[in-house]
Order: sequence, then structure tokens, then C-alpha cells
Amino acid sequence: MTATSYSLAELMICVAATAFENDGEVLATGIGVIPRLGATLAMSTTNPDLMMTDSEAYLLSEPNPIGSRSEEFVQRNETWMGFSRIFDNVWSRKRHAMIGPTQIDRFGQSNISALGSDYFHPKIQMLGVRGLPGNSISHANSFFVPNHSTRVFVDGECDVVCSIGFNPARMPKGYDNNDIDIRLVITDICVMDWQGPNNKLRLVSVHPGVSVAEVIEKTGFAIHIEATTPTTAAPTAEQLAIIAKFDPHNLRAKQLKDNPPGIRPVAS
Amino acid sequence: MNKLKTASQIVAQLQDGMTIGIGGWGPRRKPMALIREILRSDLKDLTIVSYGGADVGMLCAAGKVKKVIFAFVSLDFIPLEPFFRKAREQGQLEVMEIDEGMLLLGLRAAAWGCPYIPTQVGLGTDVINNNPDLKVIDSPYDDKEWVAMPALKLDAALVHVDRADERGVCRIAAPDHHMDDWFVRAASHAYVTCDELVTSEHFVPAEVARQVFWERSLTTAVCHIPGGAHPSSCAPFYGIDNSHFLEYNKYAKEGGFNAYCEKFVDGKTEQEYQAMFGGIDGIRKIPHTTY
Repeated sequence: MTATSYSLAELMICVAATAFENDGEVLATGIGVIPRLGATLAMSTTNPDLMMTDSEAYLLSEPNPIGSRSEEFVQRNETWMGFSRIFDNVWSRKRHAMIGPTQIDRFGQSNISALGSDYFHPKIQMLGVRGLPGNSISHANSFFVPNHSTRVFVDGECDVVCSIGFNPARMPKGYDNNDIDIRLVITDICVMDWQGPNNKLRLVSVHPGVSVAEVIEKTGFAIHIEATTPTTAAPTAEQLAIIAKFDPHNLRAKQLKDNPPGIRPVAS
Repeated sequence: MNKLKTASQIVAQLQDGMTIGIGGWGPRRKPMALIREILRSDLKDLTIVSYGGADVGMLCAAGKVKKVIFAFVSLDFIPLEPFFRKAREQGQLEVMEIDEGMLLLGLRAAAWGCPYIPTQVGLGTDVINNNPDLKVIDSPYDDKEWVAMPALKLDAALVHVDRADERGVCRIAAPDHHMDDWFVRAASHAYVTCDELVTSEHFVPAEVARQVFWERSLTTAVCHIPGGAHPSSCAPFYGIDNSHFLEYNKYAKEGGFNAYCEKFVDGKTEQEYQAMFGGIDGIRKIPHTTY
């Protein structure tokens, strides 16, 4: 049964879960509370074959609830999965990661390393490229964007290209677009994928109360719009109950500014 | 063979311009007592290879570092390491920024005596453009191009383990030994600090022996420093000292690293340092993070 009252974070978790539903037996890695709960929801419902870790060193046969857990809680380990072994998994291709980059460009390239035009004197040093180069050329990747804006979806290329995308100028010898597997882009106003012509970013659905025009305005490059754009499906009561079970401390309410409702109120 | 040394004896073995690998990961199991000893030394012009946390931030802030070879520098719950960030934004560092897995391959290449290991990781990204020394090569076996990840040979590796004996048998009982074995294997000399010094009897049970990830012949020296990973974690003994990292982070905004050193490092013994956190008993009460 479709729920009538839900938060935007919960809507985004349910969309994030759809990203993993047809993955089969892969490691689902959701970085951040909303992506992680999306993977958790998928593993609990549509795709029980998924694998998840405890975000530290063990692979689990059931996802852990987020945050502090009771003394009696026993996590369901199934194998050791320390960081060195994560790379064995990454390079085996049996993984789907969902992360929140600071910049995404029209080629699907992303940036979490640094901002500014001079790499050796960055305006803002961020994390570093981390595992993005390897993830992007090895397995499926989805993006999570909590603040859809032209600052994230940049005009031009990312300041530091951390992940490979559909950029002909950078395509390595022996590779083509089919070797790169970028899936969903889930934002606070819409869902997109890279299935437009020549892997152009395509609008899949808008969240309740959001217009197509708003998405176009807040994206720094041209995106592909279909003749009709559906509204993002509302969560079901069952989905909300599962999310609540795995997020007992309601950390999801702290992920988006002011924890807005899933159905945007009509402006007065 | 007895390999016991003091921290100052170990740091005396290091020289200006060396390439030094540091074990651990972000805010976890970093050999911080050795880092503090380096801060008190005259060492300079170091090339640091690390899955970086405050080890990298502190050494950069103290002007010890010429070049950093890294994939990230982060304190986890404080995502951006404040002093590394400052050093980068002031344009004062040489960097080799590569993927986390490439760093692992570089250590493995060094450990195995290979000049490089081919990988597809890095292709199509600025990792290639920003590191002109990183070569992209043709394969004799297929028609694709490959990144030739060069061996990251280390003059020294610094790691912290929970237990070691005086011969250099080292146990990491924490859930993850991270890449410490590869840092040790990539290095000409490996210097280990341990939270507990044990007798060789400790390693007899098979499940304990399975938590020993390199042979003692690779351990150059052992230094017994209970709490020596603080403020990073050393499971099973203590977690990440998040409140200290918050204070450290504040110094980057106000006061600067010199003020931090004046309070916590300069002229202080490790015991005096630890006394500010309730001594080893206080450090061992720091809870483990739940993810």
C-alpha cells in the first residue's frame, strides 16, 4: 500500500533501492546514510542475493541497522572482508557502489578530490580520488546528490576527473561506452540515468511537486527529456517499516536540510 | 634476536629525503607515537606514502614533507583532514594522488620486486593527467592500454600493532590489518610500535598465529608503547578519540599547528602526552565506533 506521508529522505532511499534490484549477487556499497539504507532496503526486499559489509571488515548475510546497537546484537558475519580484499571484489566486477560526488559533469565523470582550476594549488582540497578511478572502470556505479544544483552538475568538466565517464576525449585505447556502467543519479528533486542518446544524462522521473523546468534550471548542462516524465513512485508502508527497522535512531531525518516532506507543499 | 628499541632510537634511523610508508587507515591504527617523535626531530624532505589521516596532516603542518603519495587523507567523521587541506591549498606540497587500489598495487610491486603492475585503474581519469610519471603502456597480450603502476619502494615502513614480541613477531587482532603487511613488505626497514609486548608463547594458539601477517625477518625493530596509536584507534584496546580530533581540527582554524604542538608534543614524553587523556587507562576507555 502506498504511504501518504513520508519524508524526502525516505523517498530517496526507496529510489536508491531500485538501483540495486536487478543486480543479482553483487556487493552493494552505499556510502552515506541514504545510499546505505537504499542498499539495505533492496537486500531486505527486491534482491536478497545482494551482499553488504559492516562498513569495517566483515561481509554480512543480513544488513546491520545503522548506528549504535544493543549489547545483545550479533551481526550476521559470513566472511572476512577487510580493505585489501575489497579490491579483489572491486576488480572481480561484482559490486555496485552508490556515492555522493561533489561534482558531476555531462560525461558522467565525477569529483571528490579538489576544487579549483590549479590542481597543484587547489582552492579547496577535499578527500582525494579515493577508490573512484578503480570503481568507475571496474563495476556499476550510481550517484546520490542531496542538493541538486549547477554547483554539482557542472557546466564543463569536473575540476578533477576522479571517475571515468562517457568522454570520447578521455576514452582509453580498446574501450568504448559499453565498458562503463553508470546507473542511476538520485537527487533531492529527481531521478536520472545515462540512457539518453550517446549516454546523455536523461530525466527518469521528478519527485512529487517538482517540475521538469526546475530540473533543467538546476542542471549545469543539457539533459535528455522524454516526451512525458513520470512522478517518482511513493514509498509503500512496508518499505517505510523496513527503513525504520534498519534506522532505529532516525539518522535519515538528519541527512537533508530541515528534513523536508516527500511531497513538496504547494507554494502559497 | 632482541629487536627492542626506543622511539627515539627508531627515529634516529630515519634520514632526510627518505620515502616512508605509514600503516593504518585514516584515523585507525596509526603509529602516532612515532609520528610525534618525528615532529620532535630535525627530519625533513620526506616522501610519505599513506592511507592518510592525522599522520599526514601533522607531518605536513610541521614542514616535514616534500611529497605525499596518497588516495585520500581523512579523519572519517571529520571528512577533510584540516592540516593536509591547508598544506595543499597553500600549494606547498608535491603530490602523487592515485586510486586506493593503485597504492596497494604499488606496494605489492615493491614487495614482489616488479618494476610495475599493469592495471586498468586510473584510465580515463585525471590520475593519469596529473601524474606525468605514471606511464600508460600497451600490452603484449591484448589491444588495450594499461596503467603501469610503478613499485612504491619504501626506505622505511612505520606501523602500529596491538601485540608483538621482542623478536618482531607482530599480531593485528583488530578486525582489519589494512595494508600494513604490504607496507612492511615494500620497505627496506620496518619499524613497529606495539600496545602490548608479549612473549613468544602468545602466538602458539593457531587462531592467534593466523593474525600474524608477516614474518619476523621483515621486522627491523619493535618499540613497546601502550596507547601509541592515540588519537587513532587500536582495536581491540581503544577506539578513535573523536573528541581529541575535534580539538585538533579547531587548531587548524584557530591557533595553528604550532599551538597544538606546544600543548601536546614539544618537549613532552609519551607519558606526559597520555596524562592529558587520563593516561593509558583513560585511552583504553575510548569506545569503538559503530558504523
